[in-house]
Amino acid sequence: MLELFVISTLNGVLFGMLLFLMASGLTLIFSMMGVLNFAHASFYMLGAFFGFQLSQWLGFWPALVIAPVLVGGIGALVERYGLRYVHRHGHVAELLFTFGLAFVIEEIVQMIWGRLPADYRVPRQLDFSAFTMFSTNYPAYKMFMLLTAIGIFLVLLVLLTRTRVGLIIQASLTHPNMVAMLGHNVPRVFMLVFGVGTGLAAVAGVIAGPALVTQSNMAGLLGPILFVVVVVGGLGSLAGAFVASLLIGLVQTFAVSVNISPADVFAALGITIDPGPMLADIWQVTVAQVAPIIPYLLLVLVLIFRPTGLLGTRDT
Amino acid sequence: MTDVAKVAVTRTWSADGWGLVRRYGVWIATALVLVALPHIFSSGLSRTTMSLMGIMIVFALSYNMLLGQTGLLSFGHAVYYGLGAFLVVHAMNTIMRDVLPVPLPLVPLVGGLSGLAFGVIFGAVSTRSAGTAFAMISLGLGELVGSSALILRSFFGGEEGITTNRTKLFRLFDVSFGPQIQIYYLIAAWCFICMVAMYAITRTPFGRMCNAVRDNPERAQFIGYNTQAVRFIAFCLSGLFAGIAGGLAAINFEIANAAYISGGQSGLVLLAAFIGGVGNFIGPVLGAILVTYLQLMLSDATEIWQLYFGLLFIGMVMFAPSGIAGILMMHAPLWRARVVHKVMPAYLLSLLPGLVTLLGVSLVIEMAFRLMVKASDGSAMSFLHVPLDAARPVPWVVAAGLAVGGFWLFRRSWPVVANAWNDAMVAARGREHAA
Repeated sequence: MLELFVISTLNGVLFGMLLFLMASGLTLIFSMMGVLNFAHASFYMLGAFFGFQLSQWLGFWPALVIAPVLVGGIGALVERYGLRYVHRHGHVAELLFTFGLAFVIEEIVQMIWGRLPADYRVPRQLDFSAFTMFSTNYPAYKMFMLLTAIGIFLVLLVLLTRTRVGLIIQASLTHPNMVAMLGHNVPRVFMLVFGVGTGLAAVAGVIAGPALVTQSNMAGLLGPILFVVVVVGGLGSLAGAFVASLLIGLVQTFAVSVNISPADVFAALGITIDPGPMLADIWQVTVAQVAPIIPYLLLVLVLIFRPTGLLGTRDT
Repeated sequence: MTDVAKVAVTRTWSADGWGLVRRYGVWIATALVLVALPHIFSSGLSRTTMSLMGIMIVFALSYNMLLGQTGLLSFGHAVYYGLGAFLVVHAMNTIMRDVLPVPLPLVPLVGGLSGLAFGVIFGAVSTRSAGTAFAMISLGLGELVGSSALILRSFFGGEEGITTNRTKLFRLFDVSFGPQIQIYYLIAAWCFICMVAMYAITRTPFGRMCNAVRDNPERAQFIGYNTQAVRFIAFCLSGLFAGIAGGLAAINFEIANAAYISGGQSGLVLLAAFIGGVGNFIGPVLGAILVTYLQLMLSDATEIWQLYFGLLFIGMVMFAPSGIAGILMMHAPLWRARVVHKVMPAYLLSLLPGLVTLLGVSLVIEMAFRLMVKASDGSAMSFLHVPLDAARPVPWVVAAGLAVGGFWLFRRSWPVVANAWNDAMVAARGREHAA
């Protein structure tokens, strides 16, 4: 039991930090432009596939650096020549633009790498078990992912709160006109943040690719969860995104290991009910089976009881 | 009766009759077209295609009640379509099993009512907010229901879905609903009813309030309307019509499966409505027809049709956010002044290099696809029935030349189009003043 608890906590925090790598960029972009980047998970997927391709050509470590830079560059170009142009048509058009972009990126990835999972492996230097706890070997690569994610989180935190660049970015979020008056190129700041945000998503993709499955549907699987994180945390709140990422990471990891159904609960209380054939599924379904939909349930609950999200201030 | 009175009576009658025709002419014409279509295009494929178009029209129009009329961008509209379809399949199976006297033409109502019921449930949660938050909630609800479809197996039937048989139902006037033509007329009738009903809704005070809530919620609130209630009612009605569309689809295919509820279906209806144009009632109708046609035609012609689809969508968002209907409506003043012919030569001049560009770009995409994904099939391929070898440089040079040269000429033609447009507008205004 303790073993399960420790391992699940580690995995949950790991998944949560990966989510936060993406959610942080998404939240920053949302605060700036007021538009949720529907294609954010697609940049994560691009990161994974670029990482896979580059690590075949150059090895894993150069790929870890080059792939995010490339994807960030693509992101900056998308902002400069796509989003900025669509901006004049309003927020709905921007959202739809990123929606179309996600669609096209998925198709292009399918066109280049096919529909089957890519053979993206853990680099040999990290392919050993970091430690053994209660007879479970914990892979070193997962520790590496965790440390990378935490490292980037700390760098981002320092960058945003302690440096001049971070100051200008924070000011541009709330007072873009004033920042422009002071002689800063605000559109360029936006482009930079968009590029860095998509680059961060790509980092998550490069390091998550070998551990999870690198496949053309990975953006479609992760994208909605990412939006759940951002909305549950509170739109535009970085701290909220952090809390929600960890929360959803932990909840999903723990849910997978809980094998209890409503029928078990009632049986433990001494009640047995036969709900009939149609409702038997709801009766018999275990928590582990509903793990994929728990984030969405959480989203609905949060929006009913706290429409601004956990730490959000702006009324959605 | 005196002669004068007689004349007066005939006059009013004829005036009324003429007024009726003028007022409902479009609808009468639509009904006639719907009746005549399967006899003009009588092949099995075209009848099936038209049935699918009818379903998509209802679905896209129901979607536009949200996006176009009320300004609610939903990424989970397939929920109501899919649940409508599943409940219709279950209803049909129940009717068959218990031999209930319910004829097939009434069954889509079950879909509509279930769409309405789920619209009430989910609408209560999601319409409390608008804008981006609403979009995200709709996405979350869509994923929630979509994923549940694979978990709750006895209701949704898991991967393979649930099948039914439309010919085994209670028969009215001995119509079996086996042949596609009968199903076409069933779908056409429901499509017509739904179109009229949805158009009528846009003309009611409630329809106007929806527009007000879309354009300026604060002001609508200030006049004393409850914007949340308006959004909620619009959401429920939209669920009703989406449920009918889902029910029609279930009857057409005699199956309901997880694909009906999936995010892909939600995306498709968004694409259809937006490409057609959300600003006009007719827009989603055009979009539904075009998207269904493209879906069938492109998927026949190329394996990567969804890529073209996505590119078309991005192109529309960037350059024509008002959709096809919006572009057509732009020409309404020219049409009224009878000067449309003045812009046509410029359009033709622009269309030619535009098509050449499209040809070049799609040739590049197709050859890249051939070399990268279908490498095992060899590099020999055919493009528009022209055989070529994608591994040789000549086709690439030709494709690049077509794309770049075409685009250069296309770009050069824009000022010509703009000038022709301005001239035509000036002429149109001149005529208006003269009249």
